[in-house]
Amino acid sequence: MTEELALKIRKHAVNMTSTGGSSHIGSILSIADVLAVLYGSVMNYKADNPKWHGRDRFILSKGHAGAGVYAALAESGFMSEDKLKTHYQDGSDLSGHVSHKGIPGVEFSTGSLGHGLPVATGMALAAKINKEKHSVYVLMSDGECDEGSNWEAALFAPHHKLDNLVVIIDRNKLQSIHSTEDTLALEPFVDKWQAFGWNVLDVNGHDHDQLIKACNSKVVGKPLCIVANTTKGKGVSFMENEVLWHYRSPQGKELEAALNELENDNA
Amino acid sequence: MSLRMIMRDTFLNRLTQLAAADKDVVLLTADLGFGVFEEFELAFPGQYYNVGVAEQNMTGLAAGLALEGKKVITYSIGNFPTLRCLEQIRNDACYHDLNITIVASGGGFSYGSLGMSHHTTEDLAILRALPNMTVVAPCSAWEAGEAIASLIDSSGTSYLRLDKTVADVKSINKFILGKAIKYMDGSDITLIVTGGILKEVMIAAELLKKDGINVRVIGMHTVKPIDKKAIISAAKETGGILTVEEHNINGGLGGAVSEVCMDENTFPVTFKRIGLNDEYSSIVGSQEYLRTRYSLDSSFIVDSVKVMLERQ
Repeated sequence: MTEELALKIRKHAVNMTSTGGSSHIGSILSIADVLAVLYGSVMNYKADNPKWHGRDRFILSKGHAGAGVYAALAESGFMSEDKLKTHYQDGSDLSGHVSHKGIPGVEFSTGSLGHGLPVATGMALAAKINKEKHSVYVLMSDGECDEGSNWEAALFAPHHKLDNLVVIIDRNKLQSIHSTEDTLALEPFVDKWQAFGWNVLDVNGHDHDQLIKACNSKVVGKPLCIVANTTKGKGVSFMENEVLWHYRSPQGKELEAALNELENDNA
Repeated sequence: MSLRMIMRDTFLNRLTQLAAADKDVVLLTADLGFGVFEEFELAFPGQYYNVGVAEQNMTGLAAGLALEGKKVITYSIGNFPTLRCLEQIRNDACYHDLNITIVASGGGFSYGSLGMSHHTTEDLAILRALPNMTVVAPCSAWEAGEAIASLIDSSGTSYLRLDKTVADVKSINKFILGKAIKYMDGSDITLIVTGGILKEVMIAAELLKKDGINVRVIGMHTVKPIDKKAIISAAKETGGILTVEEHNINGGLGGAVSEVCMDENTFPVTFKRIGLNDEYSSIVGSQEYLRTRYSLDSSFIVDSVKVMLERQ
């Protein structure tokens, strides 16, 4: 079921970035499986009551992949699929970077990197103060870990034993211009999070069973960091591991080829 | 610091009352407040967190807490809780219209001897530029206490600038956000002032009185949203407006007042802004010393009023 949702997210995203002439399809395809697992299996929510207090919270910190979240929300019943067609259009509230205004199900607007984790940490702290049981999930990019603000929060969450906080890092090893390692080396990446006091799991970010198992592997007293090893552009061969598709919008034959490949590989 | 921070003490006393009455009041400090917050911390577990020297995270945490219904105060000194984390304030707090009160202890030259890094002299202009933001610089300890009570109970994000030097004034009228307080009435000219530097303005007003000049003194604790009526009345009834702030001349109180005059088509005969002349101070000294050094003190205010009256 989550595999089917992931495919739908990918197809929506390809169409949305094509119609909008917008960037970041590579980043969205990279996290389609994580989104499908969260919305299709892991998280508790009520699409007909988006502010239900017992819901799990989700923040997309890599806001540039917002089209993926919009697609996941539409497929999960928060809004109509028709609304997705307005993405990036004049007058639309479906902005390129994820926005909460007018979009049921989006907890928090992002777009500037390094904001999601501190905010999610605050939400997790509030749940602890209030003795509430829900979890807070935040999905970050690996390139985003260049931002110092994340490491401030990375210190705070284990210090306060926020075991209701789950960070998932989209480890596709590519950032805006070059690889993460050529730009500002993150390795040894898992060790860094462990050294900060997190419960860290290193998984295949396209393997749904591994992702679901990881999300359910919380350890008492420690926040959870899932390093989801991914391929940027996953599912469309000519986009995979190509920085160009951080920017380029699929048009004409490229659009057709991308949709065909997604359909055929998953048939 | 040899002088007690009276405004901060009043703020904290009032905040303590508010926290006792409302479990959702949460105070975050970025590792400042030694000898200040100990009692608060002991009294209110779950309502106080020293987040460490990490203002970006503090502001993000505040947003997360406020999204869950908390009424959050972020506290630090000087420019740290504002400029260091300005984008978190803009995107996380203001855009989401969250109930967060950002408190900076040490407005203007409060920490004059500590050097340029601790001179808080552009904050009003910068924060005033943000939508969904209320900007308050109390003129007295009484105003500081009233301000925190009002801000915690109002929705949206706000900035509270606490000063070291204060004017010893209290209004008989209720403190209302966005409503200026007339501390002295007069018809010759109006002095509009924000922050503790009202102290210099009150001294200047008394000196002018001895020379037969009766000035109106308006304490503009709320720089945004600003009290347009008080400004328009001043322009119409007294002819001249002199603004005084311990802040850069650009974009602060003087800028806000002049914007109102132009927008409302109400032009005072004379108009002058007193503030820092678009510069940083590499010179250190007490708040009083630096006010004199940079022509912000009572004697400069007196001279400025006299020059303006000659032209009126």
